Amino acid sequence: MKRKLFSQPVLTEGSVVQSIIEAENLLKKFGHFTAVNRISFKVFSGECFGILGPNGAGKTTTIRMIYAFSPMTEGSLKVFGLDITRDWRRIKARIGVCQQENSLDPDLSVLQNLEVFARYFNIPKKEAQEKALDLLDFFALHDRMYATVSELSGGLMRRLVLARSLINQPDLLILDEPTTGLDPQSRHQVWDRLEELRAKGMTILLTTHYMEEASRLCDRLLIIDHGLILVEGKPEELIQKHVGRDIIEIERPPHELRSYIESQHLDYEDLGHRLVIYCEERNDLYREITKNFCQEGCMMRMATLEDVFLKLTGRELRE
Amino acid sequence: MSQLSAISISRRFLRVWQRNLMVYRKSWKINFLPPFLEPLFYLLAFGLGLSALVGSIRYQGSEISYTRFIAPALIGVSMMYNSFFETTYASFVRMYYQKTFDAMMATPLSLEEIITGEIVWGATKSFVATAIMMGVISLFGFIHYPDGLLLLPLAFLGGMAFGSIGMLFTAIVRNIEMFNLPVFLFVTPMFLFSGTFFPLDRLPLWAQKLALVFPLTHLVNLTRFFSFGQIQASALWGLGYLLFFSLILFPLAILKMHRRLIK
Repeated sequence: MKRKLFSQPVLTEGSVVQSIIEAENLLKKFGHFTAVNRISFKVFSGECFGILGPNGAGKTTTIRMIYAFSPMTEGSLKVFGLDITRDWRRIKARIGVCQQENSLDPDLSVLQNLEVFARYFNIPKKEAQEKALDLLDFFALHDRMYATVSELSGGLMRRLVLARSLINQPDLLILDEPTTGLDPQSRHQVWDRLEELRAKGMTILLTTHYMEEASRLCDRLLIIDHGLILVEGKPEELIQKHVGRDIIEIERPPHELRSYIESQHLDYEDLGHRLVIYCEERNDLYREITKNFCQEGCMMRMATLEDVFLKLTGRELRE
Repeated sequence: MSQLSAISISRRFLRVWQRNLMVYRKSWKINFLPPFLEPLFYLLAFGLGLSALVGSIRYQGSEISYTRFIAPALIGVSMMYNSFFETTYASFVRMYYQKTFDAMMATPLSLEEIITGEIVWGATKSFVATAIMMGVISLFGFIHYPDGLLLLPLAFLGGMAFGSIGMLFTAIVRNIEMFNLPVFLFVTPMFLFSGTFFPLDRLPLWAQKLALVFPLTHLVNLTRFFSFGQIQASALWGLGYLLFFSLILFPLAILKMHRRLIK
């Protein structure tokens, strides 16, 4: 008999969707530096919510406040309707966290990592063992359960961190850059597992640099920078609203093309060696450009979340 | 302690302790070796070698052999080493390199519980090492029973004292090399000048007074009292000092660790 892996949220008919996270005017200062600048957002039950932003934007700081790792400076933060400053222990008992840095216990085996972690949640031994074996199955780690952590590859380690974050059957899963540094195969495997969890109704909060990851997994997302929310919405709506449907990119644009585009009142960005035009259904424009200005180095493609991200957060390097 | 419970220490600290015990048990044969061999080596070297030069020593008005004199001190030093090195190097590795504390802080554990678990674990290591050393030293007939059994709770108290101060250093050092400072400025002088290898009255008076500041002086005093079965009133002062030392340094270690890790 297959045991039930994850608790399912009970949504009775006609019930209002419950908010899992309610952040209001969340402020975090480190000395004089404001890492998170009075942001407000809500995450609802059963959704996968993304926080995107360049390095140093405040993503990790935000989620660390949500799992009561760092105290907020000001504002109000409720998780499961409970106040984080008062009920942090009850909240933490219901959250699973996959931190950015590998924090697996290298002194213990794969299985022991899960069992020891279960103990931190006061899960009885027998229950913990069953749960650990189920999770090892789910993440295809069963053959490696007696291996020590240092013998695992990066992809396996990340799967183990994910398995560990589910040991307490969390009602909210928090993932801080879950696929950073993984090869494409491992990344896709992690995505598959996360999609499976999402389909089962798990509420997920994730931060990522990968726009493909955000588009694929997130129902809704925030793009933040310098501790402020730039936009909030569904991935496809954000693309539609901020960059339109299509992108025309021109490498090394000739001078005449620049003046032509200027005269057409188009939404575009001039990156010096490259022009990026944001548009909608403009096959005509594309033909015009390729015919009259450049035969090579011009292409039209679908707009992606990455275009939104770069447009809003700028292209200069961070850090 | 009421102030401490306000910053949330529950019995959950035992979870952290259990984690360390689990790791310790994985290689218990190797972990048992140092407390087993160390007294043997010292007693052989000092008993066979140095003893011939030193002869006997005058302690509490009676002549005793040099090996008998240093045997209890070896236990005292080991109480210090086991907890101090556990909450310095070992805890630092877990905190800084292995991110073990970070992982724990994403669970219902509080930082105070994590640090308490670590310090109590350090004291437990002192306890275990003392038990093993007592076994070895008893074979030489150097421990008087049943008084000698008091060494076991003493090991735990000494372990709490040195484990707390070790954790305090862990909270303030920038990198692992910096532990050299407390080791060479604090632990090594204590190892040599706490009445361990020669009676304190050989030192000039000012140095004798200074040695009373060292917790190891009191710990070694007590290990001699308990091992020889000659417990004197000054034992209470020693116990009081170690208790006082722990009660000050334990909350201080937690406070400093809080400053370091909660951001």
